[in-house]
Parts: sequence; structure tokens; C-alpha cells
Amino acid sequence: METEVINYELRLYIAGKTAKSVSALANLKKYCEEHLKGQYSIEVIDLLVKPQLAEGDQIFAIPTLVRKVPEPIRKIIGDLSNEEKVLVGLDIRPRKL
Amino acid sequence: MTKSHKKQQTIFKTLPKTPTGINGLDEITDGGLPAGRPTLICGEAGCGKTLMSLEFIVRGVTLFNEPGVFMAFEEKTDELAMNVASLGFDLYKLQEEKKVKLDHVHIDRSEIEETGEYDLEGLFIRLGHAIDSIGAKRVVLDTLENLFSGLNNQTILRAELRRLFTFLKNKGVTAIITGEKGDGGALTRQGLEEYVSDCVILLDHRVINQISTRRLRVVKYRGSQHGTNEYPFLIDEDGISLLPVTSLGLEKAVSSKRVSSGIPALDYMLGGQGFFRGSSILVSGTAGTGKTSIGAYFAAETCKQKKKCLYFAFEESPNQIIRNMRSISIDLQQYVDNGLLRFHASRPTLYGLEMHLVAIYKLIKQFQPATVILDPITNLITVGSVSEVKSMLVRLIDFLQNEQITVMFTALSLNTIVNEQTDEGVSSLVDTWMLVRDIEHNGERNRGLYIMKSRGMKHSNQVREFIITDKGLDLVDVYLGPDGVLTGSAREAQQLKEKTGVALRDFAVSRKDKEIIRKRKTLEAKISSLQAEFESVEEELNRIYYEDELKQQIMNKNREEITKMRRGIKEESPVKKKK
Repeated sequence: METEVINYELRLYIAGKTAKSVSALANLKKYCEEHLKGQYSIEVIDLLVKPQLAEGDQIFAIPTLVRKVPEPIRKIIGDLSNEEKVLVGLDIRPRKL
Repeated sequence: MTKSHKKQQTIFKTLPKTPTGINGLDEITDGGLPAGRPTLICGEAGCGKTLMSLEFIVRGVTLFNEPGVFMAFEEKTDELAMNVASLGFDLYKLQEEKKVKLDHVHIDRSEIEETGEYDLEGLFIRLGHAIDSIGAKRVVLDTLENLFSGLNNQTILRAELRRLFTFLKNKGVTAIITGEKGDGGALTRQGLEEYVSDCVILLDHRVINQISTRRLRVVKYRGSQHGTNEYPFLIDEDGISLLPVTSLGLEKAVSSKRVSSGIPALDYMLGGQGFFRGSSILVSGTAGTGKTSIGAYFAAETCKQKKKCLYFAFEESPNQIIRNMRSISIDLQQYVDNGLLRFHASRPTLYGLEMHLVAIYKLIKQFQPATVILDPITNLITVGSVSEVKSMLVRLIDFLQNEQITVMFTALSLNTIVNEQTDEGVSSLVDTWMLVRDIEHNGERNRGLYIMKSRGMKHSNQVREFIITDKGLDLVDVYLGPDGVLTGSAREAQQLKEKTGVALRDFAVSRKDKEIIRKRKTLEAKISSLQAEFESVEEELNRIYYEDELKQQIMNKNREEITKMRRGIKEESPVKKKK
């Protein structure tokens, strides 16, 4: 599956530097480095600064990770502490049946 | 005046309220929803929660200039806008004017993966941003419970909900949260009512006998008095209308002015002047006794006085009524043409009782008639139980009396025995109750009318025969004879008999008179002959008497002369005489 070169465009929505936000960002970076080295980009959006952006991506929970590319859009909410779920959620690892 | 002014000052500061602008709801809640606090509206699917909350937002903008945020968890904003466009709410325009902010929160479980700790700060930020961007005073969260179906972590959700309500209160917005009705007695599926403690409104949508009725009940309203009943409401082209006419004590003004029924003989039975203005009149009777005719007469009379009349027909179409009434020489068409008379014909089964009531209520408000006629109320039974019809009529009578509108109901009684109560049980409510009944006698059917009651006026206790002719309606005295009450041809025959009797008697009298005259004449003749006889006798008597006197005189004279002669010898010598 990972043989194809796919660009992962990821967006992480946070609201200020809370403990959850910080750990989510740290976790995300760690997984990406491990599994998607060189084929991803991460954009961090602080809703306290740009609240108008929350509507566009249908954000209601914080922190939320949005996979913009590849389609379809996927969302993972929480501090991303469970690596397995994050990888499945981003379709990096196939879903278990 | 001064006293009431003083009273006003001593009133404690009560809960500030935000008027909803929804017809009737503000009356029930005594001013509106608690300002700056969340209110829960719950109910089953399709009972009008979304519409009610949306109307709250739109009315807030249009009536009170309070911008509002509508956060939808269920429907997309386009769908919402389309759904309410039929009610004349242009959400797009209001959104462009920055009066309304619609926000659709899309939660799709299949797109979302949860890992670890999170909170709903994103929602708060979104909401806060929406509120701040238009300066909203009103907020609606339409079915917050969708969060529960989209997210797994209940513990987080519940904690966040609590935070959300605190957040809303801090923002100072008046909020409506809608929630789906739960199983059993629970108000909402997710127990939202435990977070919203200030005001809970329950909507209900019941179908009885295939006819649906929507109802609203204020379950709880902390810090305020409110109506506790179930109030029917309806959704029509003007949005939601509640019926606040469940009123409100018996403190209505009364009029002692009278209005004519249009039938002089009936007015005469009612103390000579007719009904009281603003009173309610019930005309009941069996089929074909002329109830509609009485109603039409009253309608025509009202229009003749240049006043407006509204005629609700539940049985016949307006054209049918107009045609039929022509046969008794009333032309209703002219009044329809000059706008004094308006018909509203609808089959009772068209919609539920409450809808009928609201329709009646709305039309009356619009048309402002002096007289309302409902013909017949009996048919309403087909769409509701007796008690429901009664409660509807109570409210209608209440409303009409407040508006000083005279109302005439007609009611069909199915059995010929006079009931103490009509089938609708409204007879105790009405001011005047007239009964038209069949009197079957001698192989024909006639109509008798009498007044069962008429409050506050002298009224006849007689049964009158009610006749319908080409010339119109009239009441005639029934004949009370040794054979009982006579009506129709029996009465006519009796009258004829009496007429013959009179003629015979007249003839006899004139014959007797003539005889008397003749007798008198003979007697007079006799008297004159007797008189003549008497005169002749008298003359005879007189003659004898005269002769006697004459004789006496002559005798006296002779004696005197003789005496003189004797004395004359001495005084005058007879010699001389001889000389």
C-alpha cells in the first residue's frame, strides 16, 4: 500500500497551547516521521486566533486532525495518543476487519 | 389611578424575559422565554421543534431587532432556508444583512476517529464567533443530541454540555436547545433537561381518529408563572399559532344593547327586542326544522344594519345556502357582494378541531364581524370527542364574548326527545337557547319553536308554531284547545271553525235585533193609540168639568142678579124704572 507516493496534507486544529493540543501535535509529528517521511505537510491552526476557520472544516472538538489530501476528508479528534487508531484513521494502515 | 400606580412601584423585580414573537406563546409564558438563559424545547420527531426555534430567531430579528444564531446539527443550512421559505422567512436575506447566522455542524461518525482526550472547544469557538460577529442576542442549538450519536465518549460530552450551558449564560444570550423526546417518561433521549433547569417546553403531535393535533405544554418555568395546560397550536402559512384563548377568568365586559333576530315575532318572544349584543345563541332541533333558515335570517338582519357577519358553514357550500335562502325570500348574495357577509365553508373533517378553532379565530380577527354564525356545530363531533368539542366551543365563546361578537350556533339533535343537554353540552354555556322541534299530529309534521332559556331578559314561555313560507319565516300562536296543541292544518281548521261560528252568531244576532225593532214598533204604535184614547178621555173629563164650572158661574150670576133686584126696590124705585 505504501509503495505509492501520496502527499499527505494534514491540518491540526487547536485552541491555544493546552496540554491536549501540545501532546496531539507531538504525537502527530512522531507518527508522520515514522510512517510518512517526506510525503506529508502539517498545518497547525489556532482557533483562538482564527475562529472563522472552524466552520469551514466542520470543527467542533479540539484538538482535531483533518486529512485534507488524499480525499476523502478524514477527521481524528483527541490527543492522538493511540497510535493504532491514528494510523487507521489516516488510512496509513488498513482497517482491521 | 393613583392606587394602581402605587401598586406598580411595589412589584418586585421579576425575571427578565425575551418575547418570542410567536403568536400566543408569549401569553402563555407571561412574556416570553427567560432572557439570557437556555430553554429546552423537546418533543417527538416532526412536532415542530425546529420550526418553533427558527421562528424564535426570525421573529427576534423582524419584530425585536435582536440578531440570532441558528446552529443546526441536523439539517443543512440550505435545507433549513428552503423549509421555512414557505412561511415567508427569507433566511438568505437575513443572513446577508448580518441579522441571522446559520451554521450547520456536520457530525458524521464514519469520518471521525476518536483517540484520547479532547474537548468541544471548537464548538464553543464557533458559536462564540458566530454570536460575536453579528452581536446575537438569541441562539438556537437544534438538536444538540446529535453530538451523542456522533461521538463515543459520553463522559467528555456530558462535561462539555454543562460547560456549554455555562458558556451560553455567560454570553448573555437567550438560547433554545431542542431535544428529541426519549422513551418512556423521559423528556429527552439524552437527559438534556438536567442541564437546562430554567424553562422546559414540551411539544406533542397526536393523531386521534386520523386527525392530527399539535400541542404545547410548558413543563417547567423557573421563576415565573405560566400556563400549565396543553395548548394546541398549528403551523400554517404564518408560522406557529398558539391559542391563548383558554382564558382567563370571567371578566368580560357585557353589553345591554339588543340586536334583532330578523324575525319580529321571535324578537317579540324575547321581550320584544331580540338578543343581547355579544351573547351566544344556540338553535337546536331535529333535521329539517329550519335551523339554517333562522341563522340566515339573523345574518341577513345583521347585514341590513350595515354590520358585518361571518358565516361558517360546515355542511353546505355558500352557493347552496344562498340558493336555498332565496326560496324564503332572503337575498344573501347582495350582502356577499357588498362585503358585509362572508362565508367560510369547510368540511369538518378537513382538519382537526383545533385547526378549525384557529381558522375561525384568525378569520374573525381579520374580518372583525359583529355577528358570527356556526352552522352546524354538531358536525364537529365527527372530528373530535364530545369533551373536545365542548372545550373548543368554550374557548370560542370566551373569545367571541371578549370581542363583543354575537354568535349563533345551530345544533342538530338526533332524537326527538328534548334532552336536558345538547349533544355538544354547550347549552349551559350559551345565553339564549332556542329549540325548534317537530310536532307530529294528524298525519302531518309541523314545527314548534320555543325558548328554553334566555339569560337576563323576559321571554315567552309559549310554544309557537314556526312556519316557513315563500315570504319568509314567521311565528304564529299555536291553538290550545280542548284537544291539546293544534298546529298546521288542524290549527287552520280550528280557526275556520271559529270563523263559521262567528258568522252564524252574527246572523242570529241580526235576526234578533230586527225582531226587537219590530216589537218596539208595535209597542210604539200601541203606545200612541193609547195616548190618543187617553187624550179623548181627558178631553171628555175636561168638558164635564168646564160645563160644571160654567153652570156654577151662571147660577152664581143669576143669584146675584136676583139679590140685586130685591135690593133695588129700596134704593132705586122700580117705579123709576117703570118711568
